[in-house]
Amino acid sequence: MAFPLLSKSLTGLLVESSSIIHRRTFSVSAVAAAIQKMTRVRVVDNSSLGNTPYHRPPRVIHVYTKNGVGKVGDKVLLAIKGQKKKALIVGHKMPGERMSPRFDSNNVVLIEDNGNPTGTRIKVPIPTHLRKVEGDYAKVLAIASSFV
Amino acid sequence: MAACAKGIDKFMFSLRLLRNLRLKNERSISTSVCRLAPNSEEPPKFTPPSKPVIIDKTQSVASLRKFLSPEFIPPRQRTDPLKFSIERKDMIRRRKVLNIPEFYVGSILGVTMADSNASGKTNRFVGICIQRGGKGLGATFVLRNIIDNQGVEICYELYSPRIQKIDVLKLEKRLDDNLMYLRDAMPEYSTVDPDMKPVPFSPTGEVSVNKIKVRMRPKPWSKRWERPKFNIQGIRFDLSLTPEQMEHAQKWAQPWQEYDMLKEYDTSKLEGQILSEVQQEMSK
Repeated sequence: MAFPLLSKSLTGLLVESSSIIHRRTFSVSAVAAAIQKMTRVRVVDNSSLGNTPYHRPPRVIHVYTKNGVGKVGDKVLLAIKGQKKKALIVGHKMPGERMSPRFDSNNVVLIEDNGNPTGTRIKVPIPTHLRKVEGDYAKVLAIASSFV
Repeated sequence: MAACAKGIDKFMFSLRLLRNLRLKNERSISTSVCRLAPNSEEPPKFTPPSKPVIIDKTQSVASLRKFLSPEFIPPRQRTDPLKFSIERKDMIRRRKVLNIPEFYVGSILGVTMADSNASGKTNRFVGICIQRGGKGLGATFVLRNIIDNQGVEICYELYSPRIQKIDVLKLEKRLDDNLMYLRDAMPEYSTVDPDMKPVPFSPTGEVSVNKIKVRMRPKPWSKRWERPKFNIQGIRFDLSLTPEQMEHAQKWAQPWQEYDMLKEYDTSKLEGQILSEVQQEMSK
């Protein structure tokens, strides 16, 4: 009776340990996936919260979409410097549609709860199709330095 | 007092003359000298200077070599060849409207694309071509550049109606057919100036191969480029990997694959056939 249970737990343990070993050799955020929970992101605006060094990288703890996968233009909740802060995705590693840019890092811009950006400047290029997505991002687009 | 002033005046004049003379010595072309010393009574007859011949080296010449774009060659499969011939017809129709130049992986391209969201409704992106993919009408190429220290890649569809112009800014090949490893290389290898002027190239002869070998960022990389299946020539592996690691990577070598006759796909005959067909259609 107890034997199958034990074996099940053992196999579970084995799988877990192997996944941990696997994880150590690679980056934790998979390239092939868009932004989901626990994805480490890069804050690309000039807000002090996103630019002061901290021993823990900012991580996504919630994605405000129906399917839990964040793409360009989706809002996420970040755990950044021990705080909870909302952010807008402005680029990710996963290739999107054809003829649209793919970035080498997962970029977000910090926004307040009312949708206004926290910083005053975005340092990296922003995809132009962010203009098309619904939602009021005019203030975020206004602080962008370049589009691609 | 007046005499003294006159003397100073004379002195200054002679000084100016001297300077002019020196100037004349320094510069071979001096048009003002003739006017300064009109010692001959009759002015020389005006002869217009020969018209300079301006050779515009920035204007890229259409390539004269026999080149068939790789997407014309159908993949080796059981699909009805009719499908590919119909697609070829459409591709030629598109090529009659849009000049799609000859380019290779490693060439630097500038692509102008219609973009309803961009300012001015067009979007120009300059980058190094790191991959060409797809066959037929769905052929793609990927351009990569680093803008504001942010790596950006765009995958373009070669026959998309949104593409307005494709310029080859630098025509060259690299040691590999796929430069996806530039994602893991140091950023200077994929940085291209967005306002780059086209580099002139010879319309005949072989395309030059840039034999540059890139330095990589420290591991982990997105793929294990040292593995034999990638067969990468353009990476300085000696800087990032130990000889033991390189030896270890050879464990995944499959040296018997090259003797597999079922995997041979000789396209030279097909290529000649399709090239003549395309040239015939394009000249119509």
